[in-house]
Amino acid sequence: MASIDVEKVGKIYTGGVRAVTDINLEIKDGEFIVLVGPSGCGKSTLLRMLAGLETISEGQVKIGSRVVNRVEPADRDIAMVFQNYALYPHMTVRQNLEYGLKNRKTPKAEIDARVTEAARMLEITQYLDRKPRALSGGQRQRVAMGRAIVRKPAVFLFDEPLSNLDAKLRVSMRGEIKRLQRRLGTTSIYVTHDQLEAMTLADRLVVLNGGQIEQVGSPLDVYHTPASTFVASFIGSPAMNLVKGELQGDKLVIGPAIIALGAYAPTPGAVTVGMRAEDLRVVSGDEGMPFTVEYVEELGSQRLVHGLVGDQLLTIALSGEAEIAGTMRIAVDPARLHFFSADNGKRIVGTSEAAMAVATPSPAPVG
Amino acid sequence: MVENRPFLTFLTHAFLILGFVVVAFPVYVAFVASTHDLQTLLTGAVPLLPGSHFIENYSAILTNVSAAHGLPNYSHMALNSLVMAVVITIGKILISITSAFAIVYFRFPFRVLAFWIIFVTLMLPVEVRIMPTYKIVADLGMLNSWAGLTIPLIASATATFLFRQFFMTVPDEILEAARVDGAGAMKFFWDILLPLSRTNIGALCVILFIYGWVQYLWPLLVTTDTSYYTLMMGMKRMVTAQDGVIAWNYVMAGSVLAMLPPILIVIFMQRLFIRGLTETEK
Repeated sequence: MASIDVEKVGKIYTGGVRAVTDINLEIKDGEFIVLVGPSGCGKSTLLRMLAGLETISEGQVKIGSRVVNRVEPADRDIAMVFQNYALYPHMTVRQNLEYGLKNRKTPKAEIDARVTEAARMLEITQYLDRKPRALSGGQRQRVAMGRAIVRKPAVFLFDEPLSNLDAKLRVSMRGEIKRLQRRLGTTSIYVTHDQLEAMTLADRLVVLNGGQIEQVGSPLDVYHTPASTFVASFIGSPAMNLVKGELQGDKLVIGPAIIALGAYAPTPGAVTVGMRAEDLRVVSGDEGMPFTVEYVEELGSQRLVHGLVGDQLLTIALSGEAEIAGTMRIAVDPARLHFFSADNGKRIVGTSEAAMAVATPSPAPVG
Repeated sequence: MVENRPFLTFLTHAFLILGFVVVAFPVYVAFVASTHDLQTLLTGAVPLLPGSHFIENYSAILTNVSAAHGLPNYSHMALNSLVMAVVITIGKILISITSAFAIVYFRFPFRVLAFWIIFVTLMLPVEVRIMPTYKIVADLGMLNSWAGLTIPLIASATATFLFRQFFMTVPDEILEAARVDGAGAMKFFWDILLPLSRTNIGALCVILFIYGWVQYLWPLLVTTDTSYYTLMMGMKRMVTAQDGVIAWNYVMAGSVLAMLPPILIVIFMQRLFIRGLTETEK
């Protein structure tokens, strides 16, 4: 059990390539942190710096109260689960689990007890005498987690542990990881590029982009108040609609449509407007924005309708039975609009809680 | 290719048999020659069927023939060959697996250069660099010694190269997992890399044993003391007999016997050998 302090950490590879810049994070004891971002965003590099597999070029990392910048991975009191499991192919499952403990000169009785317990917890007891190659992907993943658990480390590090599994197994293993972490209460840092995995597992999400932190927050905070257009488009499926708009007084102009925001508009001029697909609804009559349907994705419980408002792409999520016409009018609760700076994509704070009315469009061309 | 056409089956077998006959025929002739007496062989036409002097020839070569040529006993030379082959095999594997380990897993100055220097020696066969090698061995006073016989042959790059290629296929995560598990460099080598290389080591043992067993030119150069003579040199000595009449029946018997150890090695290690060259345990 330990807290982790990451202070101003950066990584510059030999050759001057900068992978990670100025990361500051305070991770509480027992917290489940998910580092999420697209490939190449530096999330794995950051994790590997915490593990000690990469040197830390700038800043410092504390595990508990100890600065670990120059400490060997084995002495950092961490355990890591790798994407490709990294089991030792020539050892049986039992030997794989024991290896780290043996190297630490743990007494034999203690090793046996811990291996038995971990195997029971992960339901791999009947495979203990098999070699990894005789196991399925899911079983190997369990062994890899077992190898981490038996060590009873202060911190678990997960490097995309589920991305080699098929979709169904991924969902169930996700649940197991969460349950296990709750049960053991071990501080965990988990790297993934899958926003759904990130949302479901995390106590706090860390969204990374281009080697920098875009946003840190609970999954719902990040979902409901994304700090930038990057976060908005990365977290949530389908991705948040981002359209160009212009604020004129208390009105928002999106292509041919005008939305009245009531008394308050955060800033005058051009903005990027974010709308969640599920916040958009179909309205009758002349209200709302004209929406030309292009194609429909059927998800069973939902229908995702892709189309255009003016010349801008929008996706709306409708219930499974909703009727769809060639052109429809759609509206959104102004309180659920997200405004981002048109220049740098940052969220404009103080977003409207104002009026709900949606004005009729001006005589601008439709479609 | 999976095809089921009788003509193709016939054709492939025909080629197979033809190839086998071409390769095996000289060996067969050697065996046949080793079962006749000298008079039959000296008539000029080698008979194609085994003769009746099998026991006589083989017991002669194993007992008193070599002494007549000023050579040590046949079994003594066989032992020399065996020692040389085994020392070369073990030495080469030890040196190459550790140097490949260094090249693949450690970052040190001139690492790439070191690898290329080792690699370049692959392109020069022993015969090409034999003069400088001889000079060095002679200056170091290693003529007529086991060291002189084996060390220059141990230092070569083939196995280093093979081990390097194999180590590079071992996923980095295994090393990283071992580091997290508290295994230092040498522990990683012993506990993980060495067991993973088992099949490769087996395959190399076969290749290198045969390589060492059939060495001829180098032992010929560095040994003048007959007690260091190997089988290959002994055979050669008997062929260049001074009195003009070469005892082909004994030479052939000796050759057939000299073929046995490599054949046995291949037969017994075949499973390992083939696995090592084709499969990796991952």
